Amino acid sequence: MAELIIDTKKCIGCGLCIKSCAYNALSLANKKAVVDDDCVFCGSCIKSCPVEAIWIEREIVEIKDLTNYKDIWVLIEEDRDEILPVSYELLTKGRELAAEKKCDVNALILGNNIQKKFENIFEFGANKIYYFEGSEFNEKLDEVFIEYLDYVCKVYNPEIFLFGATGFGRSIAPKLAARLNTGLTADCTILSIDDNGLLKQTRPAFGGNLMATIICPNHRPQMATVRSGVMKAYKVIDKNRRKELINIEAIKLQNKKTELIERIIEEKTKSISDAEIIVSVGKGIGSQKNIEIVQKFADLLGAEIGVSRPLVDIGWAGYEKQIGQTGSVIAPKLLIALGISGAIQHLAGISGAQTIIAINTDPEASIFSVADYKVVGDCIEILKGVINKLTV
Amino acid sequence: MKIVVCVKQVPSSNEVKLDPKTNTIIREADKSVINPYDKFAIEEALKIKDNLKGEVIALSMGIPATEKILRDAMSRGCDRSVLLSDKKFAGADTLATAYTLSLGIKKIKNVSLIICGKMAIDGDTAQIGPELAETLKIPHITDVSEIIKISENEITCRKINDNGYSIIKMVLPAVITVVKDINLPRLPTIPGVLKSIHASFEIINAHNATANINRIGSTGSPTQVIDTFIPERKNVAIEIEGDIDKKIDFIGDIIKEIMYNGRIDN
Ligand SMILES: Cc1cc2nc3c(=O)[nH]c(=O)nc-3n(C[C@H](O)[C@H](O)[C@H](O)COP(=O)(O)OP(=O)(O)OC[C@H]3O[C@@H](n4cnc5c(N)ncnc54)[C@H](O)[C@@H]3O)c2cc1C
Ligand SMILES: Nc1ncnc2c1ncn2[C@@H]1O[C@H](COP(=O)(O)O)[C@@H](O)[C@H]1O
Repeated sequence: MAELIIDTKKCIGCGLCIKSCAYNALSLANKKAVVDDDCVFCGSCIKSCPVEAIWIEREIVEIKDLTNYKDIWVLIEEDRDEILPVSYELLTKGRELAAEKKCDVNALILGNNIQKKFENIFEFGANKIYYFEGSEFNEKLDEVFIEYLDYVCKVYNPEIFLFGATGFGRSIAPKLAARLNTGLTADCTILSIDDNGLLKQTRPAFGGNLMATIICPNHRPQMATVRSGVMKAYKVIDKNRRKELINIEAIKLQNKKTELIERIIEEKTKSISDAEIIVSVGKGIGSQKNIEIVQKFADLLGAEIGVSRPLVDIGWAGYEKQIGQTGSVIAPKLLIALGISGAIQHLAGISGAQTIIAINTDPEASIFSVADYKVVGDCIEILKGVINKLTV
Repeated sequence: MKIVVCVKQVPSSNEVKLDPKTNTIIREADKSVINPYDKFAIEEALKIKDNLKGEVIALSMGIPATEKILRDAMSRGCDRSVLLSDKKFAGADTLATAYTLSLGIKKIKNVSLIICGKMAIDGDTAQIGPELAETLKIPHITDVSEIIKISENEITCRKINDNGYSIIKMVLPAVITVVKDINLPRLPTIPGVLKSIHASFEIINAHNATANINRIGSTGSPTQVIDTFIPERKNVAIEIEGDIDKKIDFIGDIIKEIMYNGRIDN
């Protein structure tokens, strides 16, 4: 077990560590800092302590020989016979990480009718494609994929395995992690390699303005999911790169416990992920009827409307309009953000926007820290004026 | 039918604000509540019990103060609750949490269905459901928006996908995680609240749960948080100043310019 040690002789009871702790695990007792069970040993308090009275003692774990584990693997996910963009984004990221680790990037694709997709997978950077072709994957049932993934992990020993944080990925990745008794970090926004060759997985934490960096030192594979649009995909032109195709063995699936009865595809109405201009609104618009004004403005620009999560929560807009970490990631040419404070989860969805104009009554709002144009003022009043100006 | 609902205690305000001057964290009054998604899980379990009879048990891993939210769960209609609480469980990541919860479920015995929330709002990992299922070697379905049919040994669910939905049949025992469209949770009743105050309440520590010490708490957690930090912001915004008419003019001009130069057709 790890233990957070506070040296009561050194502690001066200044309370800076308490303020630095995002997990609310520290408090003062008899003018000395004390720690409780909520501590996750992130080490923020250590950095905050002016007198070096805090440190972490980690149990010396028996160092496992992990040298058998190698390469970075990406699960390629398909939807209606098309590879999802997030898979290409992961291959591109994987290539970057592999360059640092001096290892290969391997793609795993399980599906029907996959041969014609190999070229693309190589183009985005895979060195090897492991594949199995069969109709058993058509139903996209977790338990079928799990058996193959489990097999692949046990036979080929991946060091790192990346999954898209799609509905499907978020269901199979944790199941696989538990099967392999390893760690998984959901919704990473930054992936990098540390000095020891470990995968540093950074994700937003705490509803607020914090990021947490997580490692998985003693278990393999190191697993992470990444949302669509968070990383960028591009092709590599590298004629000399070694490219290999490996057909993996068929696996006998024993009595299945789930059965797909029906799968209904609902054509997405115009999605905000693809919109070129977006007018986004948050709680600062005040009342539901102001949405009409926003709609009028959006129509004028040919824009789509996006919203922050509270508007979905109170039912003023559908979930498909939500921007952010738990909504859609957008990448418009122009984003006009009205009455949005700019919480980290919201910002996670808008980093791809080219130009951001933000209107907010609070000059300190975080949204301004990512905006190109800062307008302090009442968004509805200003909007009405802009509508007038644009219609004359 | 025995149904376990996994409920997690989360801070009522998940806003962690930073004091820009000192770079320290300002917490708003920190009340603990049931993870909002878990209320839908409780309601779904109660609905099944209304039809099929049986028992609904609220299960949580957490500090002793978690008792409060478990009593809240009982006031809504859960028959009893079990709290896994021990200093040795502290610092658990999702894998160690799933293992610990699985011990609670094994203690409860003969559980047919386990219902989790889609995710916990303080961590937002949505991993516990599938990890718990695997630890128990049973199947799972995530993002369930409707239970279409359920019997003693089978459940048929509607599962939300990224582009529509699926209807999936699954053998019980199993785990499902529920989204918030699934129901409208009932409120605690006065008799329920009164009953919950005195309801029996089971606390299980690591020893009683026969936990493998290497699989719980920080020791049993493959992942380690090594750093928390404040993300960098670009902070280059050009402030548009002046009275409101100036602002309106300016915004109108920028919009026209971007739309023209960017050749975005109206
Ligand atoms: C795990 C997790 C995931 C989350 N995922 C998302 C997500 O995907 N997307 C998301 O958006 N949020 C998400 N959130 C919620 C997020 O933390 C914030 O609570 C939310 O983004 C705040 O929305 P808001 O800016 O509309 O509201 P507020 O934070 O209440 O901000 C309202 C803003 O409007 C301004 N304002 C008030 N009146 C006016 C006026 N008349 N004119 C102009 N401005 C005005 C105020 O100054 C304020 O800045 C998530 C939270 C958690 C914990
Ligand atoms: N400590 C816990 N005790 C009980 N249930 C939990 C706990 N942590 C997570 N859960 C359950 O798992 C769901 C998903 O949580 P998470 O994977 O943390 O996002 C929650 O909605 C709860 O139903």
